[in-house]
Formats: sequence, C-alpha cells, structure tokens
Amino acid sequence: MPTWLDDFLWAYSSFIYGLGVNAILGLSMYAVLALGQLSLGQAAFMGLGAYTSAVLTVRFDVPFPLVLCAAMAASAFAATIIGVPTLRLTGVYLAMATIGFGEVMRILYINTDYIGGALGFSGIPEKAQGSIIFGLLAIILVGFFSATRSKLGRAFEAIREDEDAARAIGINVTAYKLAALVISAALAGLAGALNAHFSSFISPNEYGFDTAVTILSFAILGGATTPLGPVLGAFVLSALPEVLRPLHDFRLVFNGLIIVLVVIFLPKGILGFRMRRVG
Amino acid sequence: MLAQQLFNAFVLGSVYALFSMGFTLTFGVLRVINLLYGFYVAAGAFLSLVAVRDIGVPLWAAGILGAFGTGIIAVACDSALLTPLRRAKAPELSSLIVTLGGVLLLNSLMLLIFGAEVRRFPVTLLSQSPISFGVLQIGEVQLVIIVIVAVLVTALFLFIERTRLGIAIRAVAENPDAAALMGVNVDAVFIGVSFLAATLIAIAGILIGLNFNAVHPYMGEPLMLRGFAVVIIGGLGDIRGALVAGLALGFIEVMTAGYLSSNFKDAAAFAAMVATLWLRPSGLFGRSVTRRA
Repeated sequence: MPTWLDDFLWAYSSFIYGLGVNAILGLSMYAVLALGQLSLGQAAFMGLGAYTSAVLTVRFDVPFPLVLCAAMAASAFAATIIGVPTLRLTGVYLAMATIGFGEVMRILYINTDYIGGALGFSGIPEKAQGSIIFGLLAIILVGFFSATRSKLGRAFEAIREDEDAARAIGINVTAYKLAALVISAALAGLAGALNAHFSSFISPNEYGFDTAVTILSFAILGGATTPLGPVLGAFVLSALPEVLRPLHDFRLVFNGLIIVLVVIFLPKGILGFRMRRVG
Repeated sequence: MLAQQLFNAFVLGSVYALFSMGFTLTFGVLRVINLLYGFYVAAGAFLSLVAVRDIGVPLWAAGILGAFGTGIIAVACDSALLTPLRRAKAPELSSLIVTLGGVLLLNSLMLLIFGAEVRRFPVTLLSQSPISFGVLQIGEVQLVIIVIVAVLVTALFLFIERTRLGIAIRAVAENPDAAALMGVNVDAVFIGVSFLAATLIAIAGILIGLNFNAVHPYMGEPLMLRGFAVVIIGGLGDIRGALVAGLALGFIEVMTAGYLSSNFKDAAAFAAMVATLWLRPSGLFGRSVTRRA
C-alpha cells in the first residue's frame, strides 16, 4: 500500500467506516420500503444492536462473530414483537409503533446504569476493521441482488405493485411483510454493532428520532429501483457534510429538505417504491 | 396522597387528550399522520412566550396569539407540503414521509435559531401558592388547564356534532368525493381542519409549557410520542376515543411513576399501545379500521 493511501486511511478511517455502516443502514431501510412499508425504528434497531454487542464484548468477552450474530438476533426479536400486531393493519400503524419503540428504547438506555445511562457506554474495543465492514456490505448487496430473482424477491415485487392482487394469488402478504421487517431490523442491528466497535463509544441520543429520519433520507435520496440506490444515497448524504464544511451545522436541516423535495417533486419518482394509493 | 396523584393525573391527561384530539381529527379528515404536530407544540409555546416577554401582552392574549399564529403556520405548511401530494393522489405513506422531513427541517432550524436552552415564562405571571381543597393542593396553572381543556373539548364536540361546518367535516371524513358532490367545499374543509387541529395542539403546547414552566425547541417530541399511543389506543380518527385514551394515559403514567418508578412512565405509554395493537387494533371503541385505512 502506498504511503499516501495509508495516511489517508488512517486520518479518515472513522469517516470511511461510517460510510460502510450507513450504507448497510440504507439497505436495511430499503428492505422495508421495497414492500411499501415504512419503519421509523431503524435507529432503534441499530441502537439495540449496538448496546447488545457492546455488553457482550465488554462484559462477557464473547468472540466478535458471535457478538454480531447476537446483535442481529436481538433486533430481529424486537422487530417481531412490534411487527406481528402492526403488520396486519395499514402502514401508518407500523410507522407510529416504530417511532414509539425508538423513544422508549432511548429512555430505557438513559435510565439503565449497567450500560452507562445518559453518559453512554465507552471503552468498546475497536474490533470492526474496514475489511469486515465492507466485506459484510458486499455480502449483503450480493444477497439483495440474488433475492430479486428468487421467490422472495418476486413476492416482494408483487406485494409492492398491488397488495390485494398479491393476496388473491395466494401470497401470504403479512408473513412477507414481517420477513422484510425482521431482515431490515437484523441489518440495522448489525450496523449498530459495527458502529459500536469502531467508534468505541455509544450513547442513547445517537439512536433517536433524528437518526431514524436520517436513515430514511439515505433510502429516499438514493431511490430504490436497485439496492445500489440506498448505498449511493448513504454515501452522498454522509460525505456531503464532510466535503462542504459550512453545511455541517445544517446537516439535519439539509436531510429534512432532501426528504421534502424528493417526495413532493418526485412523488412516485426516484423512489421506485410504489406505495399503496389512497382511495 | 392518592387524591393528589389522581388530580395531577387528570391535569396531565387532559393536556394529552387535547393534543391527541387535534392529532386524530387531522387523521380522520385528511387521512394524514402529520408529524409536524410535534413542531406546532413548540411553535405555539414559543410564539406566546415571545408575546409575553418581548412584546409584553397579557398571558391570555399571548395564548390566543400563539394558537392562531400556529394555526396560520399550519395552513402554510399544509399548502406547501401536503396539498401537492393530495393533488397528485400520492400514496398515504408519502405524506407521512414528507411531514417527517418537514419536522426534521423545522425543528433543526428552530434549534439553530433559538438554541437548545430551556426558556421560562416570567414567574410573576403565575401564582406560586397553591390553593388547598381539603387534602388537595391545586396550583393556579392546573386550574387554568382544566378549565381551558374542558371548555375547548365541549366546544369541539358541539362544533363537530351541531354546526353546518361540523357536518361538512364529518362528511369529508366519511368520503371526500361524495361530500364534494353534495356541494361541500372540500379544500376549504381541509384548510379549516388543519387550522383547527393546529390551534388545539398549540394550546396543548402552551399549557404544557406553563405547567412545567419550560419551553424549548424539542418540547413537542414527548407529547408526540404520547399522542401516537393515545390515538392508537383510542382508535385512529376517533375524537371521543382520543379524549378517553388521553385521560387514561395520564392516569397510567402518574400511577406508574408513583408506584413503580418514574423511569418507566414513558415505557408505560408504549406498553399500553402495543397491548392495544395486539388485543384491540381498532381502538377502545373499535370502529372500522379497515374502512378508514
């Protein structure tokens, strides 16, 4: 490796690792949006993964691959609890329940001294190498692409295009929606665990409402005609505030603006998600 | 002690109920989960705080100013964000997403402009010595809250049930196209409902700001979270359900804080919501979720 590249990677490692993690988060959002569902719990699932992994690594000294699996499992479990009752209903219920879940988790973290309370959990060993993060990102991307041509992918597409028609031809719509949510939560949990293991410090406020909306903006900006969309969206939105320093204070304003503009001016647009029409 | 807690719960619950009635009214008529309402809570409180502190108007006038000002902001936001989507017959989740972007935008702008610190109403405005009724200690603010909420709730029910405009609103909630064919000006009803709901929510914000004497850009978020729980427990779009569930949530919270731990009170709201979704997804009074949805 040339020296300049080595220097660059050293100086910007946490930024570059952040890109990879955000790309995974963008994909986790894609998994639910691809069915026309909206989960605002991605930040909470990420936080659950982060805290689970931090506790297992620091307090119990569990091997890293196992820690990653446990983080995914914890988030997937939480998603099942929320998803089973809400997915039988219309999309707004899932959206509202997941926002509520996020806030409750934040309050639980703040009030639990075992995991550092409001001060956060520090001293997590930096086990997430760039190769692990980007390797996992690549595996996930391959998974998404091969899923498009599988029975699962076809079912997702059918549900997205017309839920009633999909149900009529014998697709178990609710089961697929639950599957999407669980996959999405597991990915967010993985991203959270990776994030915790390269930034070495996590705190309850990193996983609040703002983060949930930021993750959504990755997927919205990138669009989702292909799984590469949210990855690209995550890269652009994470890199912009770094490249354009003055933008930094306005980062959240900017993310909000992106969402507003894309949804209004490209309502069916680069999203490629065709959500159910009203009436 | 129990009587005092029950009374405090009633005060808290009535503010939740006021907020949730505005929230659920919008969903019933406009079919939109409008997340901007968290922002309107803070907007109403900030407007009246500025009116009291910097312009020096009396508190009651500042309250009216804050409520109407927020109503106007809401009408502006709606015509900028939601009307284009409605025209395009966009999916219902895209209007939720646009308000999500909007609330992030407006809240972060507000944070940049006003800063995160907590602002307070001048202490001289609020009488500090509580009035004693037997075992009960009742603060002046609490009394004001109960009276205002009672008046507004009664007025809202009379308005919806008895007036021509109220009938028009119910007709639009039932079926906008049929209402339009009957000669109802649907666009005007949408604007009116946005205004009405936002003023209710701004008043809830002002009251909660007075109750804890704390006003800050993110004060709407906790109320928003409880609003979700309340409208789901009461049934989406059901105003009566929102009233009952709002009061109930006040009791659940105060009892959890009193007998378990105050750390769990937010979790209690969420637990009640998840339980409702499992057991009775159409809400307390269980009307047709499928038709509304």
